[in-house]
Amino acid sequence: MANPLAGVRAARHRLKETHPLSVLIAERLGLSVLLLWAVSVLIFAGVEALPGDFAETYLGQSATPQAIANIREDLGLDRPITTRYFEWLGGVVQGDFGNSWASGAPVSEQITKRLGNSLFLAFFAAAISVPLAVGLGMVAVHYRNRIPDRVINVLSLAAISLPEFFIGYILIVFFAVQMGVATFPSTVYDNMGWSERLGAIALPTATLVMVVLAHMMRMTRAAIISVMSSAYMETAELKGLGAFKAIVKHAAPNAIAPIVNVVALNLAYLVVGVVVVEVVFVYPGMGQYMVDAVTVRDMPVVQACGLIFAAVYILLNMVADIVAIVANPRLRHPR
Amino acid sequence: MSDLLSVRDLRIGATIFPPGEAPQDIEIVHGVSFDLQKGKVLGLIGESGAGKSTIGLAALAYGRGGVRITGGEVLLDGEDILPLDKKGIRKIRGARVCYVAQSAAASFNPAHKLGDQVIEATVEHGLMSRDEARKRADYLFEILGLPDPKNFGNRFPHQVSGGQLQRAMTAMALCSKPELIVFDEPTTALDVTTQIDVLAAIKNAIEMTGTAALYITHDLAVVAQISDDIMVLRNGDTVEYGPVQQIIENPRQEYTKALVNVRQTKQTEARDQTDALLKVENISAAYGNGVQVLHDVSLHVPRGQTLAVVGESGSGKSTLARVITGLLPPFKGSVKFGDDELSNAQKDRSRDHLRRIQLIYQMADTAMNPRQTVGQIIGRPLQFYFGMRGAERRKEVIKLLDEIEMGEAFYDRYPAELSGGQKQRVAIARALAAKPELILCDEPTSALDPLVAEGILDLLLRLQKERQVSYLFITHDIAIVRAIADSVAVMLQGKLVDFGPRSEVLNPPFDDYTDLLLKSVPEMELGWLEKVLATRKMESAGH
Repeated sequence: MANPLAGVRAARHRLKETHPLSVLIAERLGLSVLLLWAVSVLIFAGVEALPGDFAETYLGQSATPQAIANIREDLGLDRPITTRYFEWLGGVVQGDFGNSWASGAPVSEQITKRLGNSLFLAFFAAAISVPLAVGLGMVAVHYRNRIPDRVINVLSLAAISLPEFFIGYILIVFFAVQMGVATFPSTVYDNMGWSERLGAIALPTATLVMVVLAHMMRMTRAAIISVMSSAYMETAELKGLGAFKAIVKHAAPNAIAPIVNVVALNLAYLVVGVVVVEVVFVYPGMGQYMVDAVTVRDMPVVQACGLIFAAVYILLNMVADIVAIVANPRLRHPR
Repeated sequence: MSDLLSVRDLRIGATIFPPGEAPQDIEIVHGVSFDLQKGKVLGLIGESGAGKSTIGLAALAYGRGGVRITGGEVLLDGEDILPLDKKGIRKIRGARVCYVAQSAAASFNPAHKLGDQVIEATVEHGLMSRDEARKRADYLFEILGLPDPKNFGNRFPHQVSGGQLQRAMTAMALCSKPELIVFDEPTTALDVTTQIDVLAAIKNAIEMTGTAALYITHDLAVVAQISDDIMVLRNGDTVEYGPVQQIIENPRQEYTKALVNVRQTKQTEARDQTDALLKVENISAAYGNGVQVLHDVSLHVPRGQTLAVVGESGSGKSTLARVITGLLPPFKGSVKFGDDELSNAQKDRSRDHLRRIQLIYQMADTAMNPRQTVGQIIGRPLQFYFGMRGAERRKEVIKLLDEIEMGEAFYDRYPAELSGGQKQRVAIARALAAKPELILCDEPTSALDPLVAEGILDLLLRLQKERQVSYLFITHDIAIVRAIADSVAVMLQGKLVDFGPRSEVLNPPFDDYTDLLLKSVPEMELGWLEKVLATRKMESAGH
């Protein structure tokens, strides 16, 4: 054959016809790994390009050229960038993110705790915002172009238009300072009781909910409206099915894929985008950990946080993609 | 005999939202009355906007979108169904009156198996148990001529063809043993050879089950095969209403006469077809996914004449046009234009070559910028190819507008303010502005009503006489081929199966496929369907 790739391509084509689902999912998995690797390169290069230097920041006033050189040598910074990258990557693959330059403690240990805190916050924000968004989306469709729809739209737009730090401070002023019903700062400790913990995260959770709600609500509304105006919904009505039955049996299976997609995107934002909210509320999660590390140029921590954020983002998007693929009957049942 | 369906002075209204103005209530059906007896078929026929679908849906007390029934009575077995509440109406829909939509592909839910959707209404209304309904569905699949009827119900909508889906939709309507079925253009979206099978299946099923039907279509020849009575509608009014024989053979109204006589030859075939303007030689082409769509196609378009390319959907006729324009470079073969060989890819062609070949599309709507005025749309090629500007350009545009019989008054209009036929005329003027030698017409009349389409064809023929322009006319409509072509190319699955002067291709001896295609086109003649089916049976028995 003139082109050696043609044979491979033909084989892939055949496989795609017989098992489209497995091929597509395998493709998504492969792409995700590739993407994550590319991100790791970017993170490492980006961190390397940051102005300032750990040794200078660490030594502050007492920095002498000799002391700086010593520290750099201790940390192995005098070696070429590619060597350091592959060393780091090799460790990461085994779950070892190296030691923090600032504290000397293993990054993995710290991160596990911090990630746990961030996920705790994100979980509650998601548990409230996802059902609320889908529910409000349905309400908005039901009252389409009437007052309740407009009110929901305007309020959610207003919430999405305000930056999250602004919403955070407003909530602090009203609920913590003036009314005194909420806790601030939202710092949580290891040996904190459940109710105390929940009280502490009330305000950051509320802030996150307000930020992600609008997007999910509007996409839910759009997805449902698009499905409801399709010809098969008219068929259902002309079959004499009741409205509820038609929605559950005919609309829901087709609206799921777009809704899951936007939910996954927002969940990813909940984990990744908490940086600002954690700083505002002094919450000991990944975001704050990363911000602190950036200020002292503690590179292993910054790299680890960046990579984990990227991994969460890619993972959730991949899950959404796969759900959309699986929900598509054309791919589940090839011709 | 008592009437099953009796519609009295039906009035239907809608709210329209003209841009920049307050919403207005308009009436779209102005007092229509008819009667339908048990087991009979009434054909509703008219152009788009005649209100035929709206009237059909009124038999289910349903208004699509913002449409509502504002007056009159719809008596089903003597009972007016319009005042019924939601629950009362639900008991009728899907049980006593069923609906078959034009696009079965969109009307089936992609997420569920066909069998489940076919029996859904019957089971939901408690008319049969699930098992009984399944048995009935299998029986219906069989009498509708669907392949492997026992397993057909296990398939998903995307796994079967368009013609099969349309029959499955008919099975869905028949499943609950309704008294009345509303067929809304059930064969319009199908190829002719498929249409004839679906039509026969529907007719057979109606006869075997004894259900009554409202059959809505814009094609008089189709409705003549299946109806007992015909009602001709125009702009929401009844034009003529009577037995099928009287309407077809002895129409009383001018409008009906025009509909009946719409298909006639217009052009005598050119004698000398040797002076080739465009020569397509051994073209093979494939799309990016590796699927080959054209196999070794060779043909030519004589100067100042019309070559009609016919074939069903998927036969590669539009792909051929894409190859000629250079939008899809072929992997084998060449395109010669006059004395020059054209580059395979459009981007490598000279501006003069681009100018000499122009295109007219099926959807004039999507082929023009909605934010540009008619003057800008037609003026653009004048500026691009000839560098015309200002008053000179305006004068030329107005000249072109006169040529397409529209005139200066349309200069500042936007496409949204034009009718379908006017938009297609503007598209023709835009093509003419480049002073082309060849115009590729890709189904330019198939989205238009028959009488409007006639006007467009007349215009194209007149322009051909005046300007000696050649047409490569892509169509699936044999009647158009008969009316305008000098030579004909018949395509099937990417291959050229027949090519030559019209008189040779459309007269015996036929190529097998050309024969099938010609025989499948409905003719305005009572009993045509039976005749064709009978010959087919004899042929297959003879083989």
